[in-house]
Amino acid sequence: MIVFTVGPLTGMYPLASKTVVMFKSPLTGNLGESHAGGRSAIAIRMAGYGGIVIKGASDTPVYIAVHGDKVAFRDASTLWGMRSSYTVGRVLREVETGAGIRSIMRIGRAGEKLVSYACVVTETYRHFGRLGLGAVWGSKKLKALVISGRRSIKPRDTKLYREVYDSIFTTITKSPIMKKYHDIGTAMNVTPLNKLKALPTKNLKEASFDNADKISGEAIAEKFLGRRVACSHCPVSCIHLAILKEPYATEPYFYKTIMISYDYELIYALGSMLQISSPEGLLKLIDKVEKEGLDAMSCGVALAWATEMLEKGLIDKEILNGIVLKWGDFDNYIRAVDQLVEQSTEFYKALAKGVEYASKIYGGEEFALSFGGNEMPGYHTGPAAHIGYLTGARHSHLNGAGYSIDEKFLKSNVKPNVEQIVDDLIKEESWRQILSSLVVCYFGRGIYKPDVVVKVLKTVDYNLNEEDLNKLGMEILQEKYRFKLREGFDIKKLRLPKRVSETLTPLGIVTPEFVMESVNLYIKKLHLIE
Amino acid sequence: MSLSRLSVVDVDLCVGCQSCMFACTRRFGEGGLSKSAIHVKSAGGFERGFVVIVCRACEDPPCARVCPTDALRLRVGGGVVLRKEKCIGCGNCVNACVVGAIFWDDESNKPVICIHCGYCASFCPYGVIKLERQERW
Repeated sequence: MIVFTVGPLTGMYPLASKTVVMFKSPLTGNLGESHAGGRSAIAIRMAGYGGIVIKGASDTPVYIAVHGDKVAFRDASTLWGMRSSYTVGRVLREVETGAGIRSIMRIGRAGEKLVSYACVVTETYRHFGRLGLGAVWGSKKLKALVISGRRSIKPRDTKLYREVYDSIFTTITKSPIMKKYHDIGTAMNVTPLNKLKALPTKNLKEASFDNADKISGEAIAEKFLGRRVACSHCPVSCIHLAILKEPYATEPYFYKTIMISYDYELIYALGSMLQISSPEGLLKLIDKVEKEGLDAMSCGVALAWATEMLEKGLIDKEILNGIVLKWGDFDNYIRAVDQLVEQSTEFYKALAKGVEYASKIYGGEEFALSFGGNEMPGYHTGPAAHIGYLTGARHSHLNGAGYSIDEKFLKSNVKPNVEQIVDDLIKEESWRQILSSLVVCYFGRGIYKPDVVVKVLKTVDYNLNEEDLNKLGMEILQEKYRFKLREGFDIKKLRLPKRVSETLTPLGIVTPEFVMESVNLYIKKLHLIE
Repeated sequence: MSLSRLSVVDVDLCVGCQSCMFACTRRFGEGGLSKSAIHVKSAGGFERGFVVIVCRACEDPPCARVCPTDALRLRVGGGVVLRKEKCIGCGNCVNACVVGAIFWDDESNKPVICIHCGYCASFCPYGVIKLERQERW
């Protein structure tokens, strides 16, 4: 079962334009949760829905078209197997109505072939990236979902609504809080994280990259940035598209000009982790991953692990179908992505299930960067980041934002301590349950602070105070954990990859003892059993 | 006072945030889009940029010419003003507008037409649209 949800602020206020999808993750085996923007949330709400539930499976490929109250299941056998997720979008754009007020969500071949970390692409450049929603769609033979609508929503007090709206809009567009996302985008993290020695490089054998300045947000913006795009009802425009112009080898004066969306996490996973210093090469690899519909982060970590396996002689090139994976060699990485999606050998078949699974079969668990089954995000900032990956309900850096807790320790020159980290992680993760229930983009967390949320919710008939919200946030988090436990999540099976402790963080060595003590305390403090 | 016209200053500055579309419906104190008389869509995928559709404020508007009940009164400064009580919801005006700037409100079954008030422009952070005031057209 897949549940798509939007929130009471969607279509009413800016930045509340995320769709949150809940499902069972084929990658971790428990809680699947993924958020995406684009036009998805607005289209769902404007079509008249608060949520969409997809149950069961089709025998033949289908796509679903929802236009207002009309729902159609249409044949998608012609779209199945298409080599590029871009093309699927192009076709549906022509045959379906609702230009400007619709969302076109689709999977690529990775989803069709059930790669455990296949994503769902929406509006070409946004993604339900993590935890394998694409494979769940693939297993249902669901190729795409098109949805559109043009409704309106009446608040009780129209004057108050406009007043509150205006104050929020002004804060977003005038305050410096959103500037980072607006200017260079999330890619601006590359340089500071690299300077801090917190940028995972070469499968985290290192934590800084000599050539980071070649693939930094600033460098890509200067040479390749072609367009900035926004999600519906968000004036920030954090989506950055690079232009890559390539001559055809065989035809003079013919160029292929493509636009590629990039963000910090992609530069980390497909750049520094693979030691790719050519921005052109990096962009081509990102484009490949986009076409196939893979989660860029898991894919990059999987390729980095496989490279080290080959380097250490734990596997040979036969097993890789002849592809010699080598740090920095983007052409071979692009070829390897094909093999991975095709699952051409037993090794690629295992790798398509994630590094946790593959390393259990082939070895190399000490440097398989998986946390609870999910591949590592791009922050080697200190203990809180890693504790957060392990304890977060979806094993993401976005759960409790451990990296910013590490940053706090670093700035204040205080030694990290278990109690503080756990309290901060729980506080942040439970508050973020409120933000994601309202589907407010996490980039807007500095705008939608608790007092603002209380004020805004009043205008849409929810009378909750800050205490109610905090309590509710905690309850949602506990409920998610209960689902994890029900599906077999076992805290005793959590492990900190040895590699994490071998590579220095800005806060020193992260020891497994410290991490596991924190993990245990985190679970205790969740009070799952009353 | 009516000698003003909403115009697209530079469509290449548009990021597709659609803040203008939401502003237009908010004129009536509502959230959402059903009352919006401005539309932003991609020019065939986000990578190609955006198309911003606004009423051109024609001097001799085709929409008014095809209205069977004379519900579209000529506006001083160009364009039309809808007289709701006369409109029978036939939709001829929508078909007559070459740029597609007449929209439809399913809730009232009547067209939605720009009145060139410029409220949308005050919510465009990128300077894509502007309310231009001129003495004469």
